[in-house]
Amino acid sequence: MIPELGHFALALALALSIAQAALGLFGAQRGSARLMEAAPPLAAGTLLATLAAFGCLMWSFAVNDTSVSNVAANSHSTKPMLYKLTATWGSHEGSMVLWVLILALCGGAVAAFGRDLPSALKARVLAVLGLVGVGFFAFILGTSNPFDRIWPPAPDGQGLNPVLQDPGLAFHPPLLYLGYVGCAVTFAFAIAALIEGRVDAAWGRWVRPWALAAWSFLTLGIALGSWWAYYELGWGGYWFWDPVENASLLPWLAGCALLHSAVVVEKREALKTWTVFLALLAFGLSLLGTFLVRSGVLNSVHAFASDPTRGVFILGLLMLYVGGGFALFAWRAAAMAPTGVFAPLSREGSLVLNNLLLCSIAAVVLAGTLYPMFADILLGQKISVGPPFFNTAILPLAVPLIGAMAVGAVMPWKRARLFPALQRLWWAALGGLAAFLLCLALAGARIGPALGFAAGAWLILGALADIADRLALFSRPRAALARAMALPRSAWGGAVAHAGMGVLILGLAGMGLATDRLASLKAGESVELSGYTWRLDRVESAQGPNFTARRATVSVLGADGRTVTVLEPERRSFPVGRTTTTEAAIHTSWLSDLYAVLGDERDGAAVLRLHHNPLAPWIWIGAAIMALGGALSLSDRRVRVSAPAPKSVRAGEARA
Amino acid sequence: MSAVPGGVPGGVPEPRRAAATPFSRRALLLLPALVAGGAGLGFFAMLRGLGTGGYDPRGVPSALLGKAPPAFELPPLEGIGLPGLSAADLRAPGRPVLVNFFASWCVPCVVEHPQLMRLAREGVPVFGVGYKDQPADSRRFLEKHGNPYARLGVDLPGRAAIDWGLYGVPETYLIDRGGVIRWRWAGPVTDDTLRADLQPLLRRYA
Repeated sequence: MIPELGHFALALALALSIAQAALGLFGAQRGSARLMEAAPPLAAGTLLATLAAFGCLMWSFAVNDTSVSNVAANSHSTKPMLYKLTATWGSHEGSMVLWVLILALCGGAVAAFGRDLPSALKARVLAVLGLVGVGFFAFILGTSNPFDRIWPPAPDGQGLNPVLQDPGLAFHPPLLYLGYVGCAVTFAFAIAALIEGRVDAAWGRWVRPWALAAWSFLTLGIALGSWWAYYELGWGGYWFWDPVENASLLPWLAGCALLHSAVVVEKREALKTWTVFLALLAFGLSLLGTFLVRSGVLNSVHAFASDPTRGVFILGLLMLYVGGGFALFAWRAAAMAPTGVFAPLSREGSLVLNNLLLCSIAAVVLAGTLYPMFADILLGQKISVGPPFFNTAILPLAVPLIGAMAVGAVMPWKRARLFPALQRLWWAALGGLAAFLLCLALAGARIGPALGFAAGAWLILGALADIADRLALFSRPRAALARAMALPRSAWGGAVAHAGMGVLILGLAGMGLATDRLASLKAGESVELSGYTWRLDRVESAQGPNFTARRATVSVLGADGRTVTVLEPERRSFPVGRTTTTEAAIHTSWLSDLYAVLGDERDGAAVLRLHHNPLAPWIWIGAAIMALGGALSLSDRRVRVSAPAPKSVRAGEARA
Repeated sequence: MSAVPGGVPGGVPEPRRAAATPFSRRALLLLPALVAGGAGLGFFAMLRGLGTGGYDPRGVPSALLGKAPPAFELPPLEGIGLPGLSAADLRAPGRPVLVNFFASWCVPCVVEHPQLMRLAREGVPVFGVGYKDQPADSRRFLEKHGNPYARLGVDLPGRAAIDWGLYGVPETYLIDRGGVIRWRWAGPVTDDTLRADLQPLLRRYA
């Protein structure tokens, strides 16, 4: 009964979305206030119906209703309740329901918080969101019904993939989807602007919080996924340039460019066409990721089970929204005459540089991801593009990007001179140089990590210099606190996000100095790695809620012979589904990770892989700081309040 | 002087070079739609190929299928008591044989090893090539995991691997009784591969 209700709620949501799209577009075109006013309640209705469908699905998982084939295939009665619930979005069908739920949430948020939006713009934005919803509801109902019944019911479920039974991964998809689907809102704003043929500062102010929110969620989602790969897959790596990882990085890069260029639209009414293009691109790239993961055209550990009919359906949606959006862009964007003319040496000039470099990086990642597939289908060649390509191609783009990140932030709008900007940053540059030399002195001639340390120090100190300068911390220290209170949150947010990037880069540089070794040890034997003695004490069997495990106890001794930590890496085998997972044991001192993985056992000896990863946690801490910067910036009152800020406030923050 | 974002590889247009000629601006604005359309056609071809088998993201075809193995001659692995491997051994072997490229430093090779052992026990001749692997390491690998090979050549410089067009290790070839390469598998031979691909082929070419 409950699953049928859920199925019905999905169909209802489809019908409401159709109405939302049709009434919104038609009403805005006709200028009919009554029709336009119908869009927000319809969006609320879609949200309620989708919420009901999602709740029904979650309920089916909670009670382990094995007559629902999705539950039977992805859950099991012995699974802990948390993972029963998160299994709701663990499968292809369920994750699509989560996807549309977040889309409906975005629609509801635009309806609820967009009171001050011009009514035609609001109706069109809701209509485009409705239109996107129509496609995906139809996709779910047509090809991926999560409420399909099986008869007779399965005696018990087949269990969720145990690799996915982990808090990090359980919350990785919702965060990523919040990011992907947040891009749908900026997409809807872009389409609405193209229909209206008008982009102005107000539009930029409306788009920026959505771009910022989507970007922050994507940052968190990607970081959580990378962290999960680090501790769960047991390879000691954190980023593999896997096509599916790239697919999540692409909208992040486009979104990052978008939120910077939207600032230029807001402040200077320039870069309008470009910003609209980026909004279309960011959503296009999120849909591309959905297509790549779910259609089976990719060979990846992340890919869902493939089904050509689903692939064709998603490709159709991709073409409808992205192809349609770009066609509309080609037709209408010419009408949006560029207005602002500006000097290359200025805040907006540096934001253009930022956009160029970010988009170039996105182009490199896109090419590296798609080229093997297209080389296969067009030239019949099997090529694999791996980390060496991405690392060498992105480095020359990342260096100027990082260099300019700190400089751009301290430049004033309209017209700047390089020398005063650099003058503010001289001690950041000095700090970067010191980090470079220090790394060379301590770690030997390792140029890559040394450059990374220099870049990280440069960014963090640059952000500090920027804030110190805005507060006049050194020239008028007494007034600094008052100025700190008056400084807009978006200025704090920008500096925090840039510093977070610096922390992340320090983490990457530290991982460049990571060492590891493979050792086959009997109980009591030990090996040396990076100044520590790693001793295998014993290997024993252990029992978990739905798995059995072999657990090794490894004592790590410091140079002085004292025990630093005891690591207990596990190899778990799940009888349901017959899978084995490795649970790496990690001890972090926040400055470095000691990381141990248990491999096979043979003749009383266990194979252990031991890693020493300097600064590894900083990668994810840095990403979290970046997202925090986004949140700070979002909490700025000028973002929340749509009315333009009073002139006096604006004058006080000429460089904000 | 106005700031001009340049064109970016990958079809990202630049909106503000603009005003010079309206046509070039229009063409530039059309570019994303064209790129998206082209990509869409490519993806559609891939999806079609998935159905018909013309496109397979997992399989790696070989130019050598249906041909005789390339000429090569590899010395034996010292201290293991097995003969080396050369093209002459694969010329009309009289029954299907497998040629397996492996290395002690390759983790998937450990994964596929039990399957090779099983094939050897079932009487399928498995010929090995140690790819870029120090003889002492290869020896230790075989002592540890067992030796499924009837012949074993050492390809330390990786020359023979180039002639075979090796994609990576492990990689396995099936050569029929007449000495023609019939099948190539890049990656570990798992239980599934054995059941779904290799055993039917072994029966067909027996």
